[in-house]
Amino acid sequence: MFVVGVAGVLTRRNAIIVFMSIELMLNSANLSLVTFSSFSGNPVGQLFVFFVMAVAAAEAAVGLAIIIALFRNKPTLNIDEINILKW
Amino acid sequence: MIDFSEIFLILPLIVIGFGILVSLVFEMYSKQSEKILPWLSILIFTITAIFSIATISEPRDVVFHNMLSVGGNTHFFYFIFNIGAALVSLLSIDYIKKYGTYYGEYYILLQSSVLGMMLMAGAKDLLVIFLGLELMSISFYVLAGLNRKKLSANEASLKYFLLGAFATGFVVYGIALIYGSASSTSLDVITADFSPLTNNLLFIVGVLLFLIGFSFKIAAFPFHMWVPDVYQGSPTTVAGLFSTGGKAAAFSSILITLIAVFSNSAQNIFTPYLSVIATLSMLFGSIVAIAQEDIKRMLAYSSISHAGYLTIGLASGNEYGVAGIIFYLATYTFMNLGAFGIVAMIEGENESNLTISSYAGLSKRKPLLAALLALFMFSLAGIPPFAGFFGKYYIFISAIKADLTWLAVLGVISSAISVYFYIRIVVLMYFKEADSELIIHDSRTGLLALIISSILVVLLGIFPGTILQLITSFI
Repeated sequence: MFVVGVAGVLTRRNAIIVFMSIELMLNSANLSLVTFSSFSGNPVGQLFVFFVMAVAAAEAAVGLAIIIALFRNKPTLNIDEINILKW
Repeated sequence: MIDFSEIFLILPLIVIGFGILVSLVFEMYSKQSEKILPWLSILIFTITAIFSIATISEPRDVVFHNMLSVGGNTHFFYFIFNIGAALVSLLSIDYIKKYGTYYGEYYILLQSSVLGMMLMAGAKDLLVIFLGLELMSISFYVLAGLNRKKLSANEASLKYFLLGAFATGFVVYGIALIYGSASSTSLDVITADFSPLTNNLLFIVGVLLFLIGFSFKIAAFPFHMWVPDVYQGSPTTVAGLFSTGGKAAAFSSILITLIAVFSNSAQNIFTPYLSVIATLSMLFGSIVAIAQEDIKRMLAYSSISHAGYLTIGLASGNEYGVAGIIFYLATYTFMNLGAFGIVAMIEGENESNLTISSYAGLSKRKPLLAALLALFMFSLAGIPPFAGFFGKYYIFISAIKADLTWLAVLGVISSAISVYFYIRIVVLMYFKEADSELIIHDSRTGLLALIISSILVVLLGIFPGTILQLITSFI
């Protein structure tokens, strides 16, 4: 799942899909945290997952706001067309 | 049950946290918040900085169920972050007027990003590192795109956000693997179990993923793509904070995590990875910076090469390296903030006057600004009487002590290359006539910030030994 997320970020060109792939990476980390936690009987991992979920939600809010702000100025979601800053 | 004496020990964090709430309420209810908020945040940063430096020799302790450490180098880092942020706020007062948009959130986000940095530097648990990192990064994403009507700022913010979140994914997965192999996220437990863990593949992959994630944050070579774009597109003062505070915080977290390796004096298994990263970012940063025409992009590439020098200290992984990194981070913060501050003062409306050629003949019209910029450039280039030289010197010494002489030699070569583009600006300022008239807005608060940072750079250059001794005694 982590690898699918990384591949998605690297190959997709739509900002929203890249963003979804990043969420996939975070969720794969969550799954492995829970798995390790139940495997070792140590509850810290499950606690960690709650924090990751809260942070991911905050990140999603900020990220979507940034994408909307950009979309208002330039109606495109293709990250290859967002290229005015180049040397 | 929380012991109330512990509350006193984390007072710097509480002051900043409380400051955020006060500023938020103020922003909502006061019509004059634009005038008062900057000074309020400067006051908060200064109080925290003074308090941290005053309590630096408190006995080092771990509080809140092994979550945070207090005293020693943690407080030194608090001092660096808060002085840096206070300087940024001083510079912003006039810059924000010129930049054309004022949002009250600016200073509040500045404070919350500093709180995140402080959590990162004080962490004793991977969970706290993660939360601090996210608090800092999310505030930074918003700060980068603060001017939401401008396309370049939107783009900078989007790029920073996508790559930053990508890096977060790596960090979280790395932490998950470390947790899986050590069945704890507490760094003390990991240190205690370190020797059996070095043979555990899961653990090594976890630390590597963690380091890759943080390589994005420190802007090291293969993961640097966002740096020039973000610095160019975001407000100049904020870019100064990204390149100094953000980098220092990321390095403090890496140091805290890797200290597990140092304290066991085990073979540093991550040396190959770190030395490759260091070499590539030093050389790439200095060579590409030569070709830049935009001063903010040039400073961005120079910050990539500085990340390379700092990574040498990590690769050598001994006490000298740790002390060298902390010293270098302090000098780097003040000299780079000074350089960005001058760029912010010279920048005209609508992001004009940002090319390197617009600095021609500056010494005639603004002798003081030109002299200060020359001081910061000499210091960044690492020319002896200034602080930048001692930072590099200590880090190269650590590499030689760790039998990584080739890395030190490459570092010297790369800093020799970098002298070219730093000195080019000085030559332009002093030996060339201006071809166009350039309107510079005076800013007294900005000048004050520049003078403070130049004094700090000179002080660090005069007394490097004393400060280094202080840092070393805390390791």
